[in-house]
Amino acid sequence: MKTILSVLALSLGLSGAALAQDQKPKVDAAKLEAITKAMWPKTPQGWEKRISFDETQKLCSQYRNDLPNDLFEKVRARELSTVKFPADGNVIGNWQAGKRIANDGRGGTFTDQPMTNGANCYACHQMDLAELSYGTLGPSLHLYGKNRGFRPEEAKATYAKIYNSMSVMPCSMMPRFGYHGFLTEQQMKDVTALLFDPESPVNK
Amino acid sequence: MAARIARLFVAFALLGIGATVEAQQANPVDTEKELEKYRAMINDPMSNPGYLNVDRGEILWSTQRGAKNVSLETCDLGMGPGQLDGAYARLPRYFADADKVMDLEQRLFWCMQKIQELDTADIVRRRFGAPGRTSDMEDLVAFIANKSSGMKYEAPLAHAKEKEAYAIGEALFYRRSDIMDFSCATCHAEDNRRIRLQGLPNLVKAGKNAQETMGSWPTYRVSQSQTRTMQHRLWDCYRQMRAPEPVYLSDGLTALTLFLVKQGEGGEINVPSIKR
Repeated sequence: MKTILSVLALSLGLSGAALAQDQKPKVDAAKLEAITKAMWPKTPQGWEKRISFDETQKLCSQYRNDLPNDLFEKVRARELSTVKFPADGNVIGNWQAGKRIANDGRGGTFTDQPMTNGANCYACHQMDLAELSYGTLGPSLHLYGKNRGFRPEEAKATYAKIYNSMSVMPCSMMPRFGYHGFLTEQQMKDVTALLFDPESPVNK
Repeated sequence: MAARIARLFVAFALLGIGATVEAQQANPVDTEKELEKYRAMINDPMSNPGYLNVDRGEILWSTQRGAKNVSLETCDLGMGPGQLDGAYARLPRYFADADKVMDLEQRLFWCMQKIQELDTADIVRRRFGAPGRTSDMEDLVAFIANKSSGMKYEAPLAHAKEKEAYAIGEALFYRRSDIMDFSCATCHAEDNRRIRLQGLPNLVKAGKNAQETMGSWPTYRVSQSQTRTMQHRLWDCYRQMRAPEPVYLSDGLTALTLFLVKQGEGGEINVPSIKR
């Protein structure tokens, strides 16, 4: 009887596992890449450097942004190694310029002419309370610098996060603005100033 | 027709009111309420310019064209040749003659090529309408999708290739790439999020958000003065993601659409709808 029961349990267990696997989507990686290749068969002129599907994107896609611990650390180390700080070590630019850049959502689409890209921070974040049109995909950044005591090391960490968000949080939703060259060094300094200058409306 | 045009003038007057309401209300919650009222006002089929596409699509469906000089009336959209009622509610689906899963636009394109031998280069060139340029596809989709209004989406995924397309669509939904590292899930994986003031439907879980979203495409886009299809919606998503332009009618877009239809299964179709 005991044997029958355990055989029964074993077969139930097996069928249960099979069902669970059945419900999970099974996509052959090669098939998926063939499909995407057919969606974008050729690289548009001028886009050679900006189209990517790098190892980090691949892992974040595969694990749906929830990496196992060992990969988490591996990705973080790899992304951290890409961060380039300004040569003079100063990460604070001009907050007034940063204010314009943060509110500018233009640039970078296939219908845009080549232009200086905006950072579009307000698409996802609350910053200056006077700007009512802000998104909620990211946390509010109001009082960001003040809450961090305007400490230089915090400003530096923030510059690094803007440069490559995944150097802090692998598979972060936030674009890697410096890594991809979407923003210039000066733009990232100006946006850092918007967050860290005591005179910035973000800290009022 | 004259009555419809007269009603359209009323619609445009209402659109003006809507814009004023939007500008005056600073509070996003109030704005959303007012927008909801405005949408309800213009949701009347006789006030929605998208129904001009429906009318044109009806004519195109029965117009003899192409090298074979025949209409599309023998085209099988999945419910049998020429059967339009409820066809859109079951698309994308597998078609044995083409041996692939197709959305409505791919299927119409296939029928234009196989049945009519129509110059499809021109169809692709006019895939998205613009001032002074109507789109046969937008017209036909509006007409055919409207024949499923009041019905509910069904995606039984009965065929192995439908299951495969669904799984590919889901994987594409989570696929992060390009210069912003975005995937569809970046914006559509949580409840009650927004970009600026624009609310974002959560599409990773089946249910209300997905049902309402999918049930309202194709739609008349007030800001573009054009009726847009799901192909255009996904084209614009990838544009805003800063991806390169995806190829019109590519299988990846159909796979994504099937995934989204499955998420929105049971959702009532009311199209062409009208949106900002």
